[in-house]
Amino acid sequence: MKDKIAEKLLLFIAFSAIGSLLLITFFIFQQGIPLIFKIGLSNFFSMHWSPTRGQFGILSMIIGSLMVTVGALIVGIPFGLACAIYLAEFSSKMVQKTLKPIIELLAGIPSVVYGFIGIVILVPFIRTHFGGPGFSVLASSIILGIMILPTIVSISYDSLVAVPNTYREGSYALGATKWQTVVKLLIPAARSGIVAGIILGMGRAIGETMAVIMVAGNALKIPHSILDSVRTLTSTIALELGYATGDHRAALFACGAFLFIIITILNIIAIRVTGHRE
Amino acid sequence: MTFRIGPRTSQIIAYIILLLMTIITIIVLFFIIGYVFKNGFAQLSLEFLTDRTREMGKEGGILPSIIGTLFVTVLAVIIATPLGVGSAVYLVEYTRGGLLRRIISFGADCLAGVPSIIFGLFGFIFFVIQLKLGWSILSGSLTLAVMIIPTIIRTSEEAIKAVPLSYREISYSLGGGKLDTIWKVVLPTSLPGILTGVILGIGRAIGETAAVIFTAGSSLGMPTSVFSSTRTLAVHFYILAREGISMEKAYGTATVLIIIILFVNFVAYRLMHRFMERYY
Repeated sequence: MKDKIAEKLLLFIAFSAIGSLLLITFFIFQQGIPLIFKIGLSNFFSMHWSPTRGQFGILSMIIGSLMVTVGALIVGIPFGLACAIYLAEFSSKMVQKTLKPIIELLAGIPSVVYGFIGIVILVPFIRTHFGGPGFSVLASSIILGIMILPTIVSISYDSLVAVPNTYREGSYALGATKWQTVVKLLIPAARSGIVAGIILGMGRAIGETMAVIMVAGNALKIPHSILDSVRTLTSTIALELGYATGDHRAALFACGAFLFIIITILNIIAIRVTGHRE
Repeated sequence: MTFRIGPRTSQIIAYIILLLMTIITIIVLFFIIGYVFKNGFAQLSLEFLTDRTREMGKEGGILPSIIGTLFVTVLAVIIATPLGVGSAVYLVEYTRGGLLRRIISFGADCLAGVPSIIFGLFGFIFFVIQLKLGWSILSGSLTLAVMIIPTIIRTSEEAIKAVPLSYREISYSLGGGKLDTIWKVVLPTSLPGILTGVILGIGRAIGETAAVIFTAGSSLGMPTSVFSSTRTLAVHFYILAREGISMEKAYGTATVLIIIILFVNFVAYRLMHRFMERYY
């Protein structure tokens, strides 16, 4: 009897995660989607964001988000993969055991700290050495690239280590060098994990808010160069939610709904690619 | 005629490049922490930690934010732990593969990837406005609780899975029911692993900004109940830095924040490590 009740209760609890997900989806969409219908898709996906005049076009922010995300990947992927390959294949057990947890501990550093470092070091550096306002696509890309490193390193490392040792032995027996083995055998074998790590890192970069607000400059126009100021979807939400009312607030939720759809698609791809848990 | 690099040479070049890139990464990561500490340690004093915040943070200390962070985080963990651990127990002990298990896991995985600003939007419209909790410690901690549930589920699931089957069989053979076995054998054995998940959740909650600024608010007063608005350390640091109120205080606050988070994550790591050594 007691066992039966406990099982029912646990089943109920077990739905807390998926239930929360549905609740979040419901509220974000319920708040945002009606506005999209009210103003029309062509207004919503236009270039003009001017809440006081009833213009809620998010295209420039979509492009902004896209630019900083691609930038973050350009910075994050080479360094992330290099670290993962070095740690998994070229370093001693001692080095692995020290560096892996250090990189993972650093994943816990709050995003505002990265943003702050951006403000005090990176932005002035870019301003003096490359010109422009400093608050830029470049600054955002570098900060986001650093932030997604631990995700990429950690997941790629795990999938490289998971490749059976017989693969390596077979390759060495054929006279291949370590590097040839890595490029021709291990990376292809660990491909799905590496891809999942990159996709999760991408999701993190698109969704990151505070660090980006601090270094992006947030000007409402499409940047012409990587030294120009940029505004993302997430920064618009965070910058304006505090005072927005009526249609303006609804438009911010619509931004959130759009972002939520993109991120959920990325998550599903990542879960699919790794065949997580099963 | 093309110039070809031999396998030995390319191996050496690749090794050097990989090593250099790894060193650069580690240096950058250490530099970030080191830079904050270098400028922040000078700001730390007993007064800074125990004084009220004055003039929007230009003067005084960070006591209200420390207390606010403590309240929000503890409450979030109290809410999220039973839900997360309960889910994990159900996943491991009551489902054998199948659709139900896939749905629950999928929910946890997807929730884990939701960015914090979305949690902020949700908490704002649901807890603050619909449930009329206002900008409060309660709204903030409910939002954070939803955010850290997946962390607790995933870690607890691994920990519970690691408990050897024989432990359960011995309990059953002694006449223990399923619930008794879970309560008296499985949970105590997997406790260090479960704690790791809870502590990782604590770390995430403490460092969060976007999800709490729109739910717990940014009031600088000393919190008096769960319905008070509060400004957590991370939010206070964000406002100090972004509005340029005081760089000195910003460095000081950041240093306190990083020390707490590194400590919390280090404890989680040690616990997990010892647990893994015992059961894997």
